Formats: sequence, C-alpha cells, structure tokens
Amino acid sequence: MAITEDEARKVAHLARIAVDEADLPGLAQELNGILHFMEQLNEVDVTDVEPMTGVEPMRLKRREDVVTDGDMQDLVLKNAPDAREGFFAVPKVVE
Amino acid sequence: MSDLNQLTIAQARDGLRRGDFTSLDLTEACLTAIEGAWALNAYSHLTPERAREMAAAADGRIGAGDAPAMCGIPLGIKDLFCTKDVPSQAASRILDGFLPQYESTVTQNLWNAGAVMLGKLSMDEFAMGSSNESACYGPVVNPWKVDDRQLTPGGSSGGSAAAVAADLCMAATGTDTGGSIRQPAAFTGTVGLKPTYGRVSRWGVIAFASSLDQAGPMTKTVRDAAIMLGAMASVDPKDSTSAEREVPDYEAALTGDIRGKRIGIPREYRMEGMSDEIDALWRRGAEMLRDAGAEIVDISLPHTKYALPAYYVIAPAEASSNLARYDGVRYGRRARLGQGDGVVEMYEKTRAQGFGPEVQRRIMIGTYVLSAGFYDAYYNRARKVRALIKRDFDQAYAAGVDAILTPATPSAAFGLGEMSGKDPVEMYLNDVFTVTVNLAGLPGISVPVGLDGQGLPLGMQLIGRPWDEAGLLNLAQVLESAAGFTAKPTRWW
Repeated sequence: MAITEDEARKVAHLARIAVDEADLPGLAQELNGILHFMEQLNEVDVTDVEPMTGVEPMRLKRREDVVTDGDMQDLVLKNAPDAREGFFAVPKVVE
Repeated sequence: MSDLNQLTIAQARDGLRRGDFTSLDLTEACLTAIEGAWALNAYSHLTPERAREMAAAADGRIGAGDAPAMCGIPLGIKDLFCTKDVPSQAASRILDGFLPQYESTVTQNLWNAGAVMLGKLSMDEFAMGSSNESACYGPVVNPWKVDDRQLTPGGSSGGSAAAVAADLCMAATGTDTGGSIRQPAAFTGTVGLKPTYGRVSRWGVIAFASSLDQAGPMTKTVRDAAIMLGAMASVDPKDSTSAEREVPDYEAALTGDIRGKRIGIPREYRMEGMSDEIDALWRRGAEMLRDAGAEIVDISLPHTKYALPAYYVIAPAEASSNLARYDGVRYGRRARLGQGDGVVEMYEKTRAQGFGPEVQRRIMIGTYVLSAGFYDAYYNRARKVRALIKRDFDQAYAAGVDAILTPATPSAAFGLGEMSGKDPVEMYLNDVFTVTVNLAGLPGISVPVGLDGQGLPLGMQLIGRPWDEAGLLNLAQVLESAAGFTAKPTRWW
C-alpha cells in the first residue's frame, strides 16, 4: 500500500496539520518508508488472536456518579490563548 | 562542602539524619553545579526560589524527626510532568507559556515526601525520540565525552539522564514509552527503572501513548532507584489504570541474596550485526549473576522481531489521538491568523507551527493507521502481534524464569547530529531491546555494567515479572556491585 500525494494531503487534513503543497511529495515518501517498515507485521500468523487492549486484565474502576470536582472557571480558562467573558474564544464559526 | 551534589540519595538521607549537613546545603550545591553546567543544556527551567523554600521546610521536618527517605533530596523533574505554576511544555513550542494549574500525582507524592524541586529537565518533544535532538530548547549534551564530538545523552529523558550523570541533581524523574528511561540511563552510566504499567500514576503526566507510558526514577545507584520508586508509586483514583496494589518497601528487598533465581537469556536478542563488545558484556553480566548463585537458562521470545513495527503502529496511533487536544483553544500557543481564517485554519496553522517534524510525522502515521480502511490492516494487526509478544513473556515466566537479562541498547551514545538526515526508522532501532517491555507492560531496569573501547558507558537491561520491582531491583543491585561500575564523566563543561 503506497501513499500517494493525494492521500498524504488527506492525512494531513485529518490530522489538522497544514502542509505546503510543495512538501507533499516528500511527506508521502517519508510515510511510505515507515509503512514499509510496518509491513513486516504481515508475516505473523494472527489467526484467532484477540487484539490486546491492556496489559493487565482489570475492570475499569467505578464510583458514584456524583460531582467531585469543579467550580474553577478561572483556573480552567487561565491558559487559554483567548478567553472572554468566561468562555474560550475562537474565530467566527457560523456566518 | 562543595561536593554535596555528588552524593547519592541514600548517602544524602543518612547525612541529613545525622545532621552532617542540611537540605539547604544540598540544594545550594546542586544549584551551583547547575549554574556551571549550561553547556549541557539539561535544564529547561530552574526554580531556585521554590527549591530553597522546599529545602527549608524539609530541614524543619528532619529536625522534628518526621523525615521520610526522600525528605530534603533535591530532584530534577522531566518537562513532561505538570508542575503547578511552573512551565511544563513537553519540550514543545505548542505548549509555550503553559502554566499547569494542578500538580501531577508523581510530583505531588515526591513533594509530600519532602523532596525538593530544582527545576524542569529537557527531553525529546512529547517524549518522541531517542537523542534529545527534537527538544524545542535545543539538544541536551551528554556529560560523557571521549573526543571532539558532542554526544547525545539519549532520549527521550535525556535531560534527566545528563543531569543525574553530571551531578546536577541527586536524582530525576523520567518517563518511558518505548525505552525513554532505560536508553538514556545506559548512554550516561546511570540507573533507570521503568516500573510495571499501572505501578506509577500517569495523572498529570503529559500523555504520549497511554497504554505504554510509565514514569520511573533515574538515579545514580540501584538503591536510590528503590528509594525513589517507593515515593513515586501510589494507588491513584485519578488514573483509571493505576493498580490497586500496596507499595512495598523496595529498599528492604535489596538483600543481595539471589541464590536459586532463574535468569533467562533470550536468543532473539542476539541481533545480527550486534557489536562484539556488547555481546561480550552481556555474557559477562550473565556470569556475574551466575557467580552470585543465580541459574542462567536460554529462553526464546519468538515474536521479538515484530516488536518495533508493532510499537511504531500502536504508539503513533495513540499519540495522534492524545495530541488532538493541542488545538490552540484551551492552552498553549495559537498561531497568528490571517484575514478570514476560520477555526480549521486556526487548528492547522497552530499545529503546523507548534509541533516539530518528528511529532508531526508520528501524528500523521497514527492518523493514517487509524483511518477508515486501514484500521484492521495496521492498528488491529499490531494489537494482535502485541498480544503475541506479551504471550512470549508470559510463557517464559510460567516456565519458571524470574527475570530476563538483555543489553539495554544496541550501541553506546552516538554523536549529536549523526542521525539527522537519516531514515527515521534508523533512529527507531535504538529501542530494539526496550520496546518489548512496554508492549508487555513489564518492569525493566538499565544498570551500567562497563565501558566500551572508547571509554563510553554501556548498560545491561533486566526485565522482571509483572509487579516484581522488588525482586528486579535486588537482582539489579547484585549486577551493579559485581560490575563495580564507578566511572564518572570527566568534567569538561
């Protein structure tokens, strides 16, 4: 499976990383190199093997569904590049 | 008292308790050493005032007789740990200016035990790298030097390893996703322990690959690793993968008695093209353990070869998901936007400018292997191979092996810049002996065992049974004392 320039453009967009058109061929080539390395995995017989989700079988911890934290709007917004009137601010989304 | 920074944790603890010196003395000695070591570029941010306050408080506790082992011990903290009101940016431009409003569980545990924070230590950006060259602060330089070249301290915890080796702290925190504690420890002649997945809380540690990440101590001796792990580990309700297991007294487990322990030597780790020096050191390490009463057995871990490709599917996949949070909205840096740029341009420009090339590469690989049509072919297949890699270890342990001995790295430290321009896959090969341990969730420790022909340190790795850090540390200490590694880098900085 080789990645084309078009696919590299699509991946960059899915990852929300701006890539110059001029850099797409290089990116596609680099990704192909890495994917080629991964293709060794096709040599392994994985019939009837369950995909591993965690290293130790454990049941996720549960707790009462109650509020245990919160009420700290100032702290939550403190690191925002742009916060106004108690909200995170972003460029206009709806015309 | 100018050499106090050279003490180990155990020596400093004993001296503090005897009243030979104060924590403030230790702290000043470290701060002076740091001021003279900017050429190493190990620290990314210093907190001298906080250090002095914490040291004074620790001296009060020691005077009052309330002194846990870590009380008054000055530490460096990897930049990946969130520390309240202190810059914590994973060596990435995208977290420029970020001041966490909370403290990671690991660092909080250390401060509760009375430890002193000297500052933050550089690393590869988002812990992705094996040479520290991807740090936005510029590369850290290894204090070990044998010719004109400047060498890498390894990565990603390269700042931590360099600082410990150069006595710029008594010990440091590290994190290990594919070898990021053990490889830099091996490159700097220090000790690095990656605990069992779930032993140490991940809460407040900036996430790279959540099913693999684990924090651990980086120290001058095995005893120090035992002391510091005891303070870092805890059962943490804030981390859903934190294990509900009591934290044992690791230092008490260092009995020196390893008679009857079975040590496995995995034949698949004898790689093609491995240097004779490393092979010889490996054999010598096995002999040292045999001389101490352990039984050496050959074992097979047949899927070893597939660990690297499986890792380089799984880790980027998890990273692409974890790093989606850096969007220029909630924290960190937002790109300057042009007229008419909308929210998508904001994301795309912010991430293009904020992430370095290796981080971008891994996010894109991760995005690709998780995308529709490729999920089964890459991601699910890698997770199945991961299950087989873990099964190899399970079978070895079920057959009665107590621990496994391997080299820590395929070579000694290489020169800064030597790998740049090469295929990224070549850099990935640094992790060949260490990634298997993360994939299987096991504890692993790197111990300095000798010097190579050029005079650079080489490390051996011991891999333990799940949750048996105590037994692993005991074996590691026997190896450490048999090897008698006492070399220190000659000061040139």
